[in-house]
Amino acid sequence: MSTSMQPPVQQPLKEGKDRAGKATSRSKKAKENLTSPWATAAAIVIAMVWTIPTIALFMNALIPGDRYRTDPWWSVMADGELTFENFNYVLFDSFGDSASSPPLLANVMNSIVVTVPSVVFPVVLALMAAYAFAWIPFRGSNFLFVLIFALQVVPLQLALIPLLRILGPENLGLAGEFGGVWIAHTIFALPLCVFLLHNFVSHIPREVLEAARVDGASHTQVFFRIIIPLSLPAIASIAIFQFLWVWNDLLVSAVFGSNSTYPLTYPISNLAGDYGQYAYLVPPAAFISMIIPLIVFFSLQRYFVRGLLAGSTKG
Amino acid sequence: MTSTEVLLSGPRILPAAGLDGDFWATQSENLLFGAVAIVVFLIIVVLVMYGADLIKGRFREKITLVVLIAPVLFLLGVGLIWPALDTTWLSFNTVTDAPDPDTGIYTTSMQFAGLDNYRFALSDSSTLRTILNTFVWMILVPLLSTGFGLAYAVFIDKAKGEKVLKSLVFMPMAISLVGASVIWGNIMYDYQQVGEQTGMLNALRSLVGLDPYNFLADDPLNTFWLIIILVWIQTGFAMVILSAAIKGVPAELNEAASLDGANAWQRFRSITIPSIRSTIVVVLTTITIMALKVYDIVRTVTQGRNSTDIVANRMYVLSFVEGRESLGAALAVILFVFVVPIVIYNVRSLNKVKETR
Repeated sequence: MSTSMQPPVQQPLKEGKDRAGKATSRSKKAKENLTSPWATAAAIVIAMVWTIPTIALFMNALIPGDRYRTDPWWSVMADGELTFENFNYVLFDSFGDSASSPPLLANVMNSIVVTVPSVVFPVVLALMAAYAFAWIPFRGSNFLFVLIFALQVVPLQLALIPLLRILGPENLGLAGEFGGVWIAHTIFALPLCVFLLHNFVSHIPREVLEAARVDGASHTQVFFRIIIPLSLPAIASIAIFQFLWVWNDLLVSAVFGSNSTYPLTYPISNLAGDYGQYAYLVPPAAFISMIIPLIVFFSLQRYFVRGLLAGSTKG
Repeated sequence: MTSTEVLLSGPRILPAAGLDGDFWATQSENLLFGAVAIVVFLIIVVLVMYGADLIKGRFREKITLVVLIAPVLFLLGVGLIWPALDTTWLSFNTVTDAPDPDTGIYTTSMQFAGLDNYRFALSDSSTLRTILNTFVWMILVPLLSTGFGLAYAVFIDKAKGEKVLKSLVFMPMAISLVGASVIWGNIMYDYQQVGEQTGMLNALRSLVGLDPYNFLADDPLNTFWLIIILVWIQTGFAMVILSAAIKGVPAELNEAASLDGANAWQRFRSITIPSIRSTIVVVLTTITIMALKVYDIVRTVTQGRNSTDIVANRMYVLSFVEGRESLGAALAVILFVFVVPIVIYNVRSLNKVKETR
C-alpha cells in the first residue's frame, strides 16, 4: 500500500506549521495567480456534489411511508408532513420486508459488540509484532515483514471459504458467533496495522531505547514503558481507522456472522434492493448507521487523517 | 397473515414486531461478553509478556521475541496464507454435494478438475462480463477518484475555509459503502415509470425538460453509475493525501517559477505533478486494490442485475449462496491475479526504501 518510512504522526503537523510561517507577501501573490474564477467554480460544484446526496438522504428519511413512493421530499416538506417518526419506527418497531421483521436496535447493538473488540485485538497484537520487527534483530525478520506487507494487498475473498471452514461447526464452532467475527476481522486487519505501527515505532529515536536497554530493561519492560506510551498517537489514528472500517464492513459480517450478530450494514443492504412498500424504511436506517461514524469522523478527523497519511505518503 | 393482507393493510396498521421481551437481557449479555473478551485478552497479553520476562538467562530474549511475533504470524498463517493456498487448490477441483445413495445423508466430495473452473469462468458469457466489469471498475475508480481529488486539492489549496471545504469532500469516507449505496441507488438514481420523479437526478432532469432516465437498468452505462458511488467515497481519500503532498512542495519552487512568468497551469504541470508523482502512484494503487475488493455496492444496489455484476459479488454469491464453492474459489484467484502486479511493485519499492535507509 505504501512505502513510507517517515515518522507518520509528526509529519503533517510540522508541514502545517511550516506553511503558516511562510505565508509571506510573495507567496500570497503566487496564490492569487493560482485561484482563477473557473477553479473556484469547479471547487464549489465538487463540494456540492459531495454534500448534497447526504442531505438528500436525510430529507428522504423524513418522508412518511404512504407518500414515499409517490412524492419527492420537497413536495412533502411543502405540505409540512416531514416526520421523525420513521427513525423511531425503524429502531424500536420493525425494519424489514414485513411488519413482523425485528427492529434495528438489535443491529445497532451488534455493530457495537462486533466493532470494539475488533479494534482492540488487532491493534495490540500488531503493536507487539511491530516492536519486534523494528527493534529486535532476528533471522528472517526482513522476509517476514515483507511478507506481511505484501499480504495487505491480498483480497479477503481469497481466504473466506477456508477460514469459514476453520471457524465453522466442524472445527472451532465460532462461525455465526461474535467470536468468529472478531477473529476474522482481527486477521484481516493485521497486515495493515503491523505495517503502519512499524512505520511509527521504527522512528522512535534509537537513543531512547538504547538508554533503557543499557539500564537493564528487558524487551517486555521497554514495550510497556516506552513503546506503548510513545506510540499512543499512532495507536489512536489506527484505532479510528479500524473502527470505521469494521463498523462499515459488510463482507466479513455477512460471511462469518449470523442473525444474532449481523451489524447495521447487513439488514440495510438486504432491504435497499427491495423497492416494495417498506422501501421508505431504508433512508432512516441508512442515516442511523452513519451517525456514529460521522461523530467519530468529525470529532477525531485530525487523527484519522494522520492515520491515512501514515499509510500513504511517501517519505 | 397472507401477503395480500399485508398489501392491503399498509405498513403501519399491522402491529409491528417491536423489541422482544428479553431484548435487553440478550443485549447486555452481548455487551458484557465483548467487554469480558477485551479484558481477558489484555490480561493474557500482560501475563504472557511478563511471564516471558521472568525467565532467567539467555533464553529470555528469544522467548520474548516469540511472544511478540508469534500471535501475528500464527493468525496470518492460519487465517490468511493457508486459506489463500487452500482456495487456490479448491479452484482446481470440483465440489459435489450429493446425497449418499444408501444413507441419504448429504456428503461433500472433492474431485480434481484441472482448469475446468477457469475454463468455465472464461467461457461463460455472464461470468466473462463480470470479469470485464471488474476490469472497468479497476481502471475507472482510481483514475476518476484521483483526478477529482487532485483537482479539488489544487483548487482549494490555501483558499479561505480550506479545512471546511476539505471535510465536506472527505466526509463520505466515514460513511459505509452500504450507506453510500443507499444514498445513490435509492435516492440519487431513483426512477419512477409513472408519476412525479422522486429521485434527485431524475427530478433535475424533469426540471430542465428531459425524460426520466433509468440509471440502473441502462446496460452498459449502469456500471458507470455504480462506479460513481465508489468514486464519491474515494475522492476524499485521494484529496487528503494529495493535498498533504502538495503542501510539501517547497514554496520557493512555485515562487521562482511565477517570477519567471509561468502561469498556474504551467506551474501545476512542471512543478506540482513531478514533485508529488510518487504520492499519486501510491494513491492510485491503494484505490485500485480497494476497487477490486468492493462488493458492497453491487450487492446493495443491483445485486448484479442488468449485467452489473463484478467478481467480488459473484464470488460471494457462488460460494455462500449457491454453494458452488470451487467456481467461487476460481473467481477469487482471478481477483488475486489482478493485484499481483501491484504486490510486486509495492514490495520492490519497499525494498528500495529499506536499502536507502
